[in-house]
Amino acid sequence: MLKEGELRIPSGCAISGIIDKEGKRFNGDEIIKSIALMHDRSNGLGGGFAAYGIYPQYKDFYALHIFYDNLSIKMKTEDFISKHFDIESAGNIPTKSVPGVRNKPLIWRYFVHPRNYMVKEGFVDEAEFTSRYVIKINTEYKGAYVFSSGKNMGTFKGVGYPEDIGKFFMLNTYEGYMWTAHGRFPTNTPGWWGGAHPFTMLDWSVIHNGEISSYDANRRFVEMYGYKCTLQTDTEVITYLFDMLVRKHNVPMEKAIKVVAAPLWDDIERESKEVQNELKSIRSVYASALINGPFSIILGFEKGMIALNDRIKLRSLIAAEKGSRTYVASEESAIRIICDNPHKIWSPQGGEPVIALLEGEQK
Amino acid sequence: MSLDFNSPEFEVIRDEKKCIQCQVCVRQCSNKVHLYDEEDNVVRADDIKCVNCHRCVVLCPTKALVMKKYPLEFKENANWTAAALKEIYKQSQTGGVLLSSMGNPKPFPIYWDKMLLNASQVTNPSIDPLREPMETKVMIGRKPEKLEFDAKGKLVTNVPPQVELSIPIMFSAMSYGSISRNAHESLARAATELGICYNTGEGGLNRDFYKYGKNTIVQVASGRFGVHKEYLNAGAAIEIKIGQGAKPGIGGHLPGKKVGEDVSATRMIPVGSDAISPAPHHDIYSIEDLRQLIFSLKEVTDYKKPVFVKIAAVHNSAAIASGIVRAGADAIVIDGFRGGTGAAPTRVRDNVGIPIELALAAIDQRLREEEIRNEVSLIIAGSIRNSADIVKAVALGADAVYIGSAAVIALGCHLCRSCSTGKCNWGIATQEPELVKRLNPDIMYRRLVNLVSAWNHEIQELLGGMGINAIDSLRGNRLMLRGIDLNEKELEILGIKYAGE
Amino acid sequence: MKKIYAFESECLGCRLCEVYCKTAHSKSKDIIKAHKQENITSAIIIEEILQPKAVSYFALQCRHCASPKCVKACISGAMHKDEKGIVHNDKKRCVSCMSCVLVCPFGAVKKSSDGKAVSKCDLCMDYGKSLCVENCPNNAIKLLNEDEAEVLK
Repeated sequence: MLKEGELRIPSGCAISGIIDKEGKRFNGDEIIKSIALMHDRSNGLGGGFAAYGIYPQYKDFYALHIFYDNLSIKMKTEDFISKHFDIESAGNIPTKSVPGVRNKPLIWRYFVHPRNYMVKEGFVDEAEFTSRYVIKINTEYKGAYVFSSGKNMGTFKGVGYPEDIGKFFMLNTYEGYMWTAHGRFPTNTPGWWGGAHPFTMLDWSVIHNGEISSYDANRRFVEMYGYKCTLQTDTEVITYLFDMLVRKHNVPMEKAIKVVAAPLWDDIERESKEVQNELKSIRSVYASALINGPFSIILGFEKGMIALNDRIKLRSLIAAEKGSRTYVASEESAIRIICDNPHKIWSPQGGEPVIALLEGEQK
Repeated sequence: MSLDFNSPEFEVIRDEKKCIQCQVCVRQCSNKVHLYDEEDNVVRADDIKCVNCHRCVVLCPTKALVMKKYPLEFKENANWTAAALKEIYKQSQTGGVLLSSMGNPKPFPIYWDKMLLNASQVTNPSIDPLREPMETKVMIGRKPEKLEFDAKGKLVTNVPPQVELSIPIMFSAMSYGSISRNAHESLARAATELGICYNTGEGGLNRDFYKYGKNTIVQVASGRFGVHKEYLNAGAAIEIKIGQGAKPGIGGHLPGKKVGEDVSATRMIPVGSDAISPAPHHDIYSIEDLRQLIFSLKEVTDYKKPVFVKIAAVHNSAAIASGIVRAGADAIVIDGFRGGTGAAPTRVRDNVGIPIELALAAIDQRLREEEIRNEVSLIIAGSIRNSADIVKAVALGADAVYIGSAAVIALGCHLCRSCSTGKCNWGIATQEPELVKRLNPDIMYRRLVNLVSAWNHEIQELLGGMGINAIDSLRGNRLMLRGIDLNEKELEILGIKYAGE
Repeated sequence: MKKIYAFESECLGCRLCEVYCKTAHSKSKDIIKAHKQENITSAIIIEEILQPKAVSYFALQCRHCASPKCVKACISGAMHKDEKGIVHNDKKRCVSCMSCVLVCPFGAVKKSSDGKAVSKCDLCMDYGKSLCVENCPNNAIKLLNEDEAEVLK
C-alpha cells in the first residue's frame, strides 16, 4: 500500500486548541480530554498534538523529533545531522505502552544548532538553513522523517486515536502555554506515523480538518520557492504557504490570512480605493496561494495561534474565551468539557480568523 | 484553356417539392452558385462554385436545400487520397502555393479530449454556483515576486498594471481588414458588455472604436500597420505578435482589393495596396531586440499598459517563453497549431507547430522550474472549442484563453475556409459593403455575449463540482486532470496521472 | 400606434419579407402551398436601387398615413382607417376601381393578383405578430411607434 507522499489521501478530522495568553503553562491533560470527546470524528488512523513552551531549558535550540524505520537509517541520518548541526542533547522520546498504539517506529529527539559555514558566513539565516535541511532529510533519507523542528515546541503524533497517542507520549508530563490536537479520519492510509497531524515546519504547526480542492495549485506554487511537498497532505502545503508568506516574504499575519482566505471580489469592490488596491494586489500576486475547498485549521507558532475557516465556511469551527485563555475546536462540546461557562463563545464567520496571541505580541 | 481537372467539392441538392422559387438563395450567394431559370421557373445550381458556407441553407424559408459531399469517387488508396490528388490537380493547373483558411484540420490528437476532470464526492462538498459565490475573475499582467508591507502593515509594493478580466476568455486577434468593420464592432461591444477584451489584430484601430479602449488589446505585428502613439495608448494592453499558430514563421498578406478607404486610413497605407506583414519583425532578430521593443512600447505608454508577447507553439516554446519573461513581457500568449487564420499556406498550416496542450504544459512547468511562473500571465490560443477546453487549459496552467474560431462561428462562420476570397457570405471575412451589411452588430454582439456567458456558467458548474469557488485555485491544479488513451511520455509532458491512478 | 418601418441600412435585399407576407395573406397559411398553389401579391415590396458603389434596397409598404389619400379616394367605403389608426381594406366592399392604387404616393397599394381587391399591409392582424418583422434575418424591418422610428432614422 502506498503511504503518504506517494499518493493523496483525503481525510476528515477533529481539531482542538488552547492557549493561555499570559503564557502560563499547563500540562497536556486538558487538550487530551477535549480531543477525546470528539472520538467519533477520528477513526484511529492518526492523532497528534503540538505543544508550545515545553522545552524552556533548550529554548535556543531547534528540537528535531524524528521517526526512524530502522537502526541503519538512524545511523545515516545522525551522521548527516552531526555534519551540519551541533547536537546539544539527543535521546529517545519517552513513551509508555498503550493498547491502541501499535507498530511504533524509533522515536528520537535532538536539540540542535546549525553550524554550517553558510550560516556562519551569513549567506542564509538559521531558520532558512534548518528548514532546508529538514526538507533534505525528509526527501532524501528514506525511512527517516523529521516530524517536528521548532524551538521550544514539539509535535507528538502517531497512528491511533488521539487520546491514546497523548497517553503514549505521556503528555501529562509536559507543560506548555499552548496546545493543539488533531484526530484524523483518513479515507485510506497504510498507517504511517509520519502521515498523522500536526504537520510542522520550524515552529509552525498546522492541524486541519477538511480536504482542500486547491491542493495542487498551492503545491505547485510553493514548490517554486524551494519547498518540496513530500507528504501530499493539505496540512503540509498549508504550513509551507504560511512559512513562505510570513517568514520568507515578511507578509504580516493578518494579510497572510487575506491571502489564504481571500475576500470575494464583490466585497473588495465595496471597499475604499486604498483597501481595494491592497486586496486586489494580494489577490493578483498571491492568487495561487488562495486555499479553496472546505477547511478549518489551527495554525500554531511561537507567538500564539490562529484559527481559520475557509471563506464560505464549509467546516465547523467554534471559539471561546475565558480569563486569559482562548479555546477553539471543531465542536462546542469539546470546549465546554474543559471550560465551564466561557464568558464568550462564538462561531467565527468564513474567512474571519480567530487570532489569539501571547500578550505583548503584535498581530 | 478548357481542360480543367478540378471537380466540385459539394453537391447542391434542392428538394423541388419544397422550393418555392423565392430566389433568396440566388440573392444571398456571393459565389453565384444559384441561378434562376425564368423560362422553366426553376432554380439551378453550379456545384463547382459552392464552398458549403450554408448561407443559403440557413436562409431558405422552406429548408429545401442540402449540401452533400460531391459523390464523385476517385480510385483512392490509403496513400493517394482524393484530397492529395485534388491538390495536385490544382497546383499543376495554377503553379501556385496552396492557400487555405482556419486551423490545422488534420487528425492529430486533440489532447483536450484525452483529459478528464475531477469532481468532489463525500470528503469534500461540491459547490452550487447558483447558490454560492463562484469567482472567475482573473488579473492579467506582471506580478512582483512578493508583496512588501511597512511596519504598520500598509502595502508598499506597487503592483504593475493588470488587465482585469471578469471571465478568463478574450477574443483573439483578428485585424480590421481581414474581418469586417461590423465583425470588429460586434467583438468590441461584446467584450465591453462582458468585461473582457478583444484584440485589434495587426490592422490598427479605427477611430470609431477608441471608445471601447478599456476592453481592447492593441496589437503590434511585423507590418506595424496603424501603429502610432495614440493607438498604443488607446487599449488596455499591447500585444507584440511574433507568430501565429496557424502559420508559424510566416507573415501575412492582405490583398489590395480588401484595402478600401476605411481600412486604408486605419492601417495607414494607400487604398488598394497589398498589406504585407514580413515573416519576422525586422527589428527583432534576437531576444534582446524583443526586450528593446517591449520597453519602447512601455516608454510610449508611460508604463501604464501591460505588454503581451504572442508566439506560435513550436518545438522549443518552453525555452523561448522563459526568454520572453526575462525580456520583460507582462504576459505570454501561446498559439497552438489548430489556431485559425484568414489565409495560410496549406503546407505550413498542416505541418508546422505543435499542439497547444503540450506546449502549455511544458511552458508552465518550465517557468515553475525557473521560479518565474508567478511573475507573468500565461494566455493560450489555438482552437478552444468549448468551456471544458478552457477548464482543462486552466488546470494545466493557463491564466486565460483567447477564442478566435469559436467567436467567428458565433457570428455565423461555418468554417467553409474560404476567407481569402473576400466573399464571405456571412459578412465576416469580407470588405464588400453589401456582404458586411449581413453582419448586423446589434444582433451579432448579443450572440457573442450569449456564447461567453453560457461558457462562463459551464465553467462555474465545473469548478463547483471540483469544490473550487475561485478559478485561481484551479490554475495549474493538475491533480484535477486525469489522462485517458495517452502514453507515458504524453502523461509526463502534460504532468498528469492516468485515469484510475 | 406601431407601424412597420424598413431600414435601408440593414436591408440585405433577400426578400424573405415578401415570402412571409405572401404566406401570411394566403388562404392556406402554408408557405409552400401559398407559393405553389395560390397567386398572392406581397404587401411589402423590396426595390433595388443601383448606387454608384453598391446596390441598396428600399422597401415599399403601407405607411398608414395620418390622412390617407387612399381612404379619401375610395368610392365604395372599403378603404378605412380604424380607431387604432390602421388603414384597412374591406375586401367585401372593394369594387376594384383602383382609385387607391392611383393616389397612393408611396406605391404601397397594389392590384391584387385575383384582379379584384387591393392588397395592402394589415400588420398581419390575424397572426398577432407581423411576419415580415419576425422573419427578417437582419433586423431591417421593425414594428415601431413613430417616435421610436424617429430615433432610429
